[in-house]
Amino acid sequence: MLLFFEQLLNGLQLGITLFLMSAGLTLVFGVMNVINLAHGSFYMVGAYVAATVAAHSGSFALGVLAALPAAGLTGMLVEALVIRRLYLRDHLDQVLATFGLILFFNELVRVVWGRQPLFLDVPGWLSGQVELIPGAPYPSYRLAIIVAGALVGVALWWLIARTRLGMRIRAGASNLQMVAALGVNIRLLNTLVFGLGALLAGLAGALAGPILAVESGMGESILILTFVVIVIGGIGSVRGALIGALLVGLVDTLGRAFLPDLLRLFLPVAQADGAGASLASMAIYILMAAVLAVRPRGLFPVSHG
Amino acid sequence: MINKTIAVAAAALLLGAAQQPVALAAEPVRIGMLTTLSTKAGYLGEDIRDGFMLAVEAEGGKLGGVPVEVSVEDDERKPGKGVSIAERYLKRDGAKILTGIVFSNVAMAVVPKVVREDAIYISPNAGPSRLAGKGCHANYFNVAWQNDNLHEVMGKYVSEAGHQRAYILAPNYPAGKDALAGFKRYFKGELAGEVYTKLGQSDYAAEIAELRAARPDAVFFFLPGGMGINFLKQYAQAGVDVPVFGPAFSFDARILKAVGDAAVGVHNGSQWNHDLVVPANVQFVHDFREKYGRMPTLYASQGYDAARLIASALKATGGVDDLDALRAALKRADFESVRGRFAFGNNQHPVQDIYVRRVVKDDEGIRNETVNRVFEAHRDAYAADCKL
Amino acid sequence: MAERRRHWSRERALLVAGAFGLVLLPPLAELAGEGFFVSTAARVLIYALAAASLDLIVGYGAMVSFGHAAFVGIGAYVVAIASFHAGEGTDFIDGLVGGSEQALLLWPLAMLVAGVAAALIGAICLRTSGIHFIMITLAFAQMAYFFFVSLEAYGGDDGLPFYGRNQLPGLDLGDDTTFYYVCLALLAAFLYLSRRLVGARFGMVIRGCRQNERRMRALGFATYRYKLAAFVIAAMGAGLAGALLANKSEFVDPGLLHWPLSGTLLVMVILGGMGTLYGPLLGAAAFLLLEELIAAYTEHWMLYFGPLLVLVVLFARRGLWGLLAGGAAAAGGGGR
Repeated sequence: MLLFFEQLLNGLQLGITLFLMSAGLTLVFGVMNVINLAHGSFYMVGAYVAATVAAHSGSFALGVLAALPAAGLTGMLVEALVIRRLYLRDHLDQVLATFGLILFFNELVRVVWGRQPLFLDVPGWLSGQVELIPGAPYPSYRLAIIVAGALVGVALWWLIARTRLGMRIRAGASNLQMVAALGVNIRLLNTLVFGLGALLAGLAGALAGPILAVESGMGESILILTFVVIVIGGIGSVRGALIGALLVGLVDTLGRAFLPDLLRLFLPVAQADGAGASLASMAIYILMAAVLAVRPRGLFPVSHG
Repeated sequence: MINKTIAVAAAALLLGAAQQPVALAAEPVRIGMLTTLSTKAGYLGEDIRDGFMLAVEAEGGKLGGVPVEVSVEDDERKPGKGVSIAERYLKRDGAKILTGIVFSNVAMAVVPKVVREDAIYISPNAGPSRLAGKGCHANYFNVAWQNDNLHEVMGKYVSEAGHQRAYILAPNYPAGKDALAGFKRYFKGELAGEVYTKLGQSDYAAEIAELRAARPDAVFFFLPGGMGINFLKQYAQAGVDVPVFGPAFSFDARILKAVGDAAVGVHNGSQWNHDLVVPANVQFVHDFREKYGRMPTLYASQGYDAARLIASALKATGGVDDLDALRAALKRADFESVRGRFAFGNNQHPVQDIYVRRVVKDDEGIRNETVNRVFEAHRDAYAADCKL
Repeated sequence: MAERRRHWSRERALLVAGAFGLVLLPPLAELAGEGFFVSTAARVLIYALAAASLDLIVGYGAMVSFGHAAFVGIGAYVVAIASFHAGEGTDFIDGLVGGSEQALLLWPLAMLVAGVAAALIGAICLRTSGIHFIMITLAFAQMAYFFFVSLEAYGGDDGLPFYGRNQLPGLDLGDDTTFYYVCLALLAAFLYLSRRLVGARFGMVIRGCRQNERRMRALGFATYRYKLAAFVIAAMGAGLAGALLANKSEFVDPGLLHWPLSGTLLVMVILGGMGTLYGPLLGAAAFLLLEELIAAYTEHWMLYFGPLLVLVVLFARRGLWGLLAGGAAAAGGGGR
């Protein structure tokens, strides 16, 4: 039982990381109708900058803080140079152009930082455990991620639901033309939304750095999961991104944790573990296919005016 | 008329002479190294390469007096990539000696193809059980160890230290399976758990949670390179209070550097350590630190030994034209290994001593200190299956 | 009129020159002392086949599949598993189905299995469109990838090596030059058949769907069935490419089904020129040769290739074929 609780928290932690990634991506897609495969690259930039700044300054917090503008600025730069020209293109062009960006960024970090992965350390004050339930200590750092992610989620909700900027973003997701006609500076809005998405991705990368390895290509694996999340959640909906992210995080973690045990009832150990890991990986795609079968536009589709 | 004839004859002679291989100005012997230079385990390949090249450069670009040309490429831990690099070395470059592979899954895809093309492969690291037993081949030599060895020594040590309930982990690939098989062969207690993780996995939260729930009295894990770093850090963060054991792969100099205090007190098994009192070793450690500014890992020592093994064979044969002679010379292993005592068994895998080390912290930093010689002239478990 | 004829002969001339070049490539390479190049060229041809099959649905049918690599992988594994069993002397299904090394049996079988898989996957995916189609094809490809990763008996993540290329009566596929010509012949056959298909009524319907599917349905065409058929045919082409790929390296691994390969195939299609069928050959050649050439000079070739790709997408939409053969060559025609 305690084990299950610990795995549940792990699932939540993965879910929150995915939420940070997918919130930005779904906004970009919803507002600007652009598929951005390079979103994973912002995640990577955030992780690299955080690792470098933390290593030099000795402060993890500083590293994370540095990662935010780094990723955000990179995002805005990419938007101005490349994405802006893709708004009116079809999705294939967007996929390919941003695929090219992935290749470029992966190589860029190799050139700047070398081939070896960087190691980002968990800060001393977070390297202990917390006993949420007596007898089940949970690493403080992972708990911190959950808390940080939740706070960001609330802040994002407040931004979208309660501010003017948020109102314009929501309107833009529904009908960008109309918003432009009403006199809003669409160019600026697009750049800001894109930059915000990149910033969130960079935050996710910086937070994930101590747990995963900071290396070239680290954005790809989380990117796939992120796409699954926004498709399940409904493109353009931040609420959908949250629900989708939690669903995917839980299914993936609980699947990885308990499927091998389930299979061990039928198969020898090494095989059960291998098959279990594979089935667990397949699980989220099966989930996505199932959701799309019932709701072809996701759980919380944004109605386009 | 005569002028023309003379001209033609002279031309023919010149052409004929040009065709003769001028044996003295020898073409350097091409050695193709494919190794893992990227991914979290990239430093393993780097160390193997650096150790190897240290020996080559010590002889001024030669091995055993014969000039060599070493090509190095990155297999990215992908068997498919390894196969295409090997193909290029063999067919385009005509290399007759290949070496360098770090990971057993890459080795399993590449080595059988290399030996079938009648080229020689010398492994400075990967030693899958299949290639030591039924799949052995006269063209395949392993200068490091057979995968099981460093785990066997820990199985014996952990048992003798009085632990009875072990939880064991390794990645799900040939070397991982060999690792746990080797440990189980010499461990006399019961297993609280046997887990195979994904190769390249970064996040071990799920596995550590299960480990904690199983309440073992010893943890044995094999996670080379960056995987080991991640696991040890997360293990320390999770605050599980069970003593940890592993092969040297889980506790090499780089891992210790990255993990720091979390590793102090841990025991690990190795065929080599920087403090082995062997003249060749003292020289090697000194030269390596001077050239590269860092402490060599066991991978570097293996790369170095591989180069010196090749040097000893080239010294005897003068080149790679006579492969039978080369093979025989290699098998003799007439070189001074940094490990001291070294010989090949019938399956061309090492017969050597294996030690247990402990991680200590002192003024010099955090490092491995040799504690005990546990195996003497140890032979691997698969030699009998090899028909050589 | 005169202008149209000029475009025609430019495309024709290019095709003839290209065909000549490809046929003469092996002897020319030998003369230049670069015998190994034939092996690289064969790889280009195989990828060109896979990319051309993708062009059939992307370029003509506007069905952007991000999972095409799955069919390549399926074809490759069919060949690999059968050859593996033949080499080991074991049975695939004990007592019933043994291994085989006969190309005449295995290659059509690879195409068939890929086609069946496509029929099943396409049946579900083609109910969606746009970004959802892209994502769901990706999802199925990932499922196939993880399925093959879980096949411990056939190597799982490490892949499956087997020893010896398949046997074609009368020809030694182990000889690189022979293998090259076989690949060339199969590619040419596929391109010819595809050209016929695209020009026939079937092709018209597919292209019509690309322009305006609702209109096609109003005209009475069962668009879903046509699209599914195109999807299956494309998958069969990919399956054949997979069979050839397996033979080439005598090795397969699940990486053949992984999504970056699907992305690479899409890149080849657009680089070469979408909706042209010949374009993908140029795209495959450009991609793979650039990889080889630039990688020899700098390990950071992606640093230049990435932005190059972006520029091609932004400005050279017609791709290489369009640049070389002129405007009318883009048979996709019509607006985007």
